[in-house]
Amino acid sequence: MAVIEAIDLRRTYRTTTGVVRRRPLEVEAVKGVWFAVERGELFGLLGPNGAGKTTTIKMLITLLLPTGGQARVLGHDVVAEPREVRRRIGYVFGGDRGLYERLSALDNLRYFAELYGVSGRGQRRRVDEVLELVGLKGRERERVEGYSRGMRQRLHIARGILHDPEVVFLDEPTIGVDPVGARELRALMANLIATGKTVLLTTHYMFEADELCDRIAVIASGEIVGQGTPAQLKAGVADGRVTEIEVFGIGDAALERVRGVSGVTAVTVEDRDQRQLLVVQSAGDRELTHELLGHLDGASVGRVATREPTLEDAYVALVTR
Amino acid sequence: MTTLRLIRTGFVINLKMVGTSSFFLLTSTVQPVIFATIAFYMFRSGGRPGTLLYAALGAGMMGIWSTTLFASGGMIQWQRWQGTLELGVAAPPPLTLVYLPWSLANTFLGAYALAATLVWGRVLFGVPLHLAHPWLFALALPSALLALGLFGLLLGSSFILYRHANALANLLEYPVWIASGLIFSLSVLPGWSRPISWALPPYWAARALRDAAIGGPVWGPLGMTFALGAASVVAATLSLGWFEHRARARATLSLT
Repeated sequence: MAVIEAIDLRRTYRTTTGVVRRRPLEVEAVKGVWFAVERGELFGLLGPNGAGKTTTIKMLITLLLPTGGQARVLGHDVVAEPREVRRRIGYVFGGDRGLYERLSALDNLRYFAELYGVSGRGQRRRVDEVLELVGLKGRERERVEGYSRGMRQRLHIARGILHDPEVVFLDEPTIGVDPVGARELRALMANLIATGKTVLLTTHYMFEADELCDRIAVIASGEIVGQGTPAQLKAGVADGRVTEIEVFGIGDAALERVRGVSGVTAVTVEDRDQRQLLVVQSAGDRELTHELLGHLDGASVGRVATREPTLEDAYVALVTR
Repeated sequence: MTTLRLIRTGFVINLKMVGTSSFFLLTSTVQPVIFATIAFYMFRSGGRPGTLLYAALGAGMMGIWSTTLFASGGMIQWQRWQGTLELGVAAPPPLTLVYLPWSLANTFLGAYALAATLVWGRVLFGVPLHLAHPWLFALALPSALLALGLFGLLLGSSFILYRHANALANLLEYPVWIASGLIFSLSVLPGWSRPISWALPPYWAARALRDAAIGGPVWGPLGMTFALGAASVVAATLSLGWFEHRARARATLSLT
C-alpha cells in the first residue's frame, strides 16, 4: 500500500474581485492530480511558482479541504480522518514564518513537543536529539528573531521531526537559504530518508530534485505533466539538443518565429542584466543554429552554444508544453 | 496528565511571549490606571459615600475585559500573521486544547488590572480595602478570570475563519462594559437590554466580586459565572471545530 496517495485531487479557490461591484472569481489551483509515494521513498513535487505544489501539500497535511478527488496518508483519508493523519505526519514550510519569533528555539520545541504528545522524560532527550541533528545545539536558548534564514529553516525541520513521524512533508525547505546552508539542509533531508522516513518534497530547484529524489512528479498549472525517476525524465529529452543563444533586445515577434521553427519543442528566455539567454530545445539531432539565427533579425547576438539536455531541460520541456 | 501538561506549557509560553511585547505590556499597565482614575473621579463627584470600592472593582473588571478582548481577539490574528496558526490547526489535539491555555494566560494578565486598580485607589483616593467576605472574594476572583478566559476563547474562535474579525472584537469593548454594569448600574439601561446582560459572563463575574467585597448574596452570581464559563467552553469547542472546518474549506488559515 502506498504511504501517500493523491487520487484525482482537485482544489478550486473561490474569491471575489472588484471594489464596488464584487464578482465571484474561481481559480482552479489543482486540477486532478494523481500520484502515489511508497514507503521509504523521497518523492519530489517539482514545479514553477503558482503551479499548485503548496496547495497539494496543504491538502495532504489536512490544512485545506480538497474540492474534488481523494487523498490518503498512511491509509487515512485527509478529509474524514484529519486527526489520524496529523498524529502521524511532520511538515516543514519554507520561509521565515511559522515560528514563535520572540521565544527561544528551545521554548518553540518544548511547546510543539507538548502539542505532539512528546512529554515527560523523553521530551528533553528528544529535543536534544533533534537540536543535535539540525546543528542548533548550543544556540537553542537564543531568541528565534535573531536567527539567520538557514537557522530558522533548520529549526523548522527540527520542529517537523520532533515527534518522530513516519511521513515528512517538506514545502520548499531551501527557499531563500544561501548555497552553503541549502547544501546542509539537503544533507539533512537525505538523512531523513536514511532513518526510514517517507518524504514528500516540493521544490522548484532542479538540482535539488535531481540530487535527492527517488521519483519526481512535475506539476504545472495544477496538473501533473510528467512523472518518473530523474533518469526517466531526462530520457524524455535525451534524443534532443539544446541551443543557447545570448541575445540583446529580442522582441516578441522574433520569439514567435523561433517557436515556429520545425523541430523546436520548447523556448525560454532568461533575463541576465542587459542581455537575455534564449534557450531553445529541439527534438532529434538536427542542427538548427543557423536557422534560429536567421529568425533573430534586429537583435544583437552574442555567444552561441549547443549542449546535451539536463533535468532542467526536461522540466522546462514539460512545463512549457 | 498530558492535557494538563499541554495547558500548563501553553500558558507559560504565552506569558513569556506577552512579556516580550512592550505594546501589550504598556497598554495593560497604563490602561487600568486610567480607567480607575476616571471611575474614582466620577464616583467621588457623585458624592455617594461607600461607592468607591464598587467603582474600583468595576474599573478593575473593565481592565480584565479589555485585556481579554484585546489579547484573545488578537491572539488568533497574531498567530496568522506569524504563520503559526496553521501549525496550531494541524496539530493533533482539538483546537480548544491548543488555544485554551493562551486565552487563560491572557485573562490571567488581566488580574493585574484589578490589582493595580485597587492599589491605585487605596494610595491616591483612600479607597478602603475591607472585604466583606474575603474567602468568597478569593474564590470569586479566579472564577471570574476563568469565565472571562473561556468567553474570550469563544470570541476568538471566529478569528480562525474571518481574517478581519478583530475589527468587530474592538467594537465589543465598550458595549460589554455598559451591558455588564461595570461602571454604572443596569437600572439606567432600558429593560429590553437586561437579557443581554444576563448572558454575559462579565456581568455575573463583576456581581460576584462586588457582593464578596461589599456584601451581598455571592453564591448566585458565582454559580452563574461558573455556568456561563462552562457554557462558553462548550460553545467554543463547537465553534472552533466548525470554524476550523470552514477555514479549511475557504483557505483562510494563512495570509496567502
